[in-house]
Amino acid sequence: MKRANGGAARVLRAAVIAVAVACIAIGAARGEIATVLQKAARVCLECIGAMG
Amino acid sequence: MKKRLFRLRGWIQAGAALLCNAYLRGFAQGRIYSGPSKAVCVPVLNCYSCPGALGACPIGALQAVITENKHNFSFYVVGTLMLFGMLLGRLVCGFLCPFGWIQELLNKLPGRKLHIPQKVDRPLRLFKYGVLLIFVLALPMFAVDAFGLGAPWFCKWICPAGTLEGGIPLALTNESLRAGFGLTFWWKLSLLLLTIVFSMFVYRPFCRYVCPLGAFYALFNRFSLSQLQCDEDRCTSCGRCARSCPMEVALPRKVNSAECIRCGKCMSTCPESAISFRFGRVEIKEEYR
Repeated sequence: MKRANGGAARVLRAAVIAVAVACIAIGAARGEIATVLQKAARVCLECIGAMG
Repeated sequence: MKKRLFRLRGWIQAGAALLCNAYLRGFAQGRIYSGPSKAVCVPVLNCYSCPGALGACPIGALQAVITENKHNFSFYVVGTLMLFGMLLGRLVCGFLCPFGWIQELLNKLPGRKLHIPQKVDRPLRLFKYGVLLIFVLALPMFAVDAFGLGAPWFCKWICPAGTLEGGIPLALTNESLRAGFGLTFWWKLSLLLLTIVFSMFVYRPFCRYVCPLGAFYALFNRFSLSQLQCDEDRCTSCGRCARSCPMEVALPRKVNSAECIRCGKCMSTCPESAISFRFGRVEIKEEYR
């Protein structure tokens, strides 16, 4: 029942956060943010069930 | 440090729901917000076609990028989700998710509550991981048409949040969109009604069994910065924590289970204050009620 607070857990957390930030940066560089904006700024017909 | 943070959870949930959907004018006008904040993924399941939504639903955004011809995978959305997962884990579900909050409110309605037997409950809880892998990732990625375009399978066929937050408000206020509603809408409306009815009898059935976002955050629950911890020296194994847990986590043994949404019920029902919440180095103990 001990929480994951050892040195290994700290390293794991730091590594995952670093990977997450790197992923966001890669995504931004690939133009994914524009794709998300383009999609989210319009009504998603599939989401609301207006596709037949 | 003793705090009443967890007692304020309902207000925090209400505030988060309002903050995510603060473009209130959209509800009256039957149109959605389309400003630059829509490029930012919110940490919760909140449909970006909700007229009030200020941000992008991460599950919808993930499928949107995957189904596009230009990219087959979204580093941006997955990175954002990893960051939220590592910082908060399923605290997001317990404190911030509007759809989780709605299910909780429905469960507070008076009436008999159902207990799902463990041999049914356990395998059903794995279903949400299947939804994440199959409906959010695999089908949008591989089930493509002649032009290489896929469809957002989860949003289209499953997501009841989209129907509640986007479909119904737009159907009520936007005549041209209403004209396009057909069988898919009625199918999704049936799923929403099923979720609503189940929520009255079972605590957060969608979060437990279906939500792909909850499944993603569950992967980080054991290692996230937000942790519950049980002081073994104080614990008398009275079992109050386990009986009070609405998500039916095997407490105190699995205090950081993938199913724990950090609602804090176990902390407030422990007469020995053996269970505490920790975010990094900050420890919060809830007062016994």
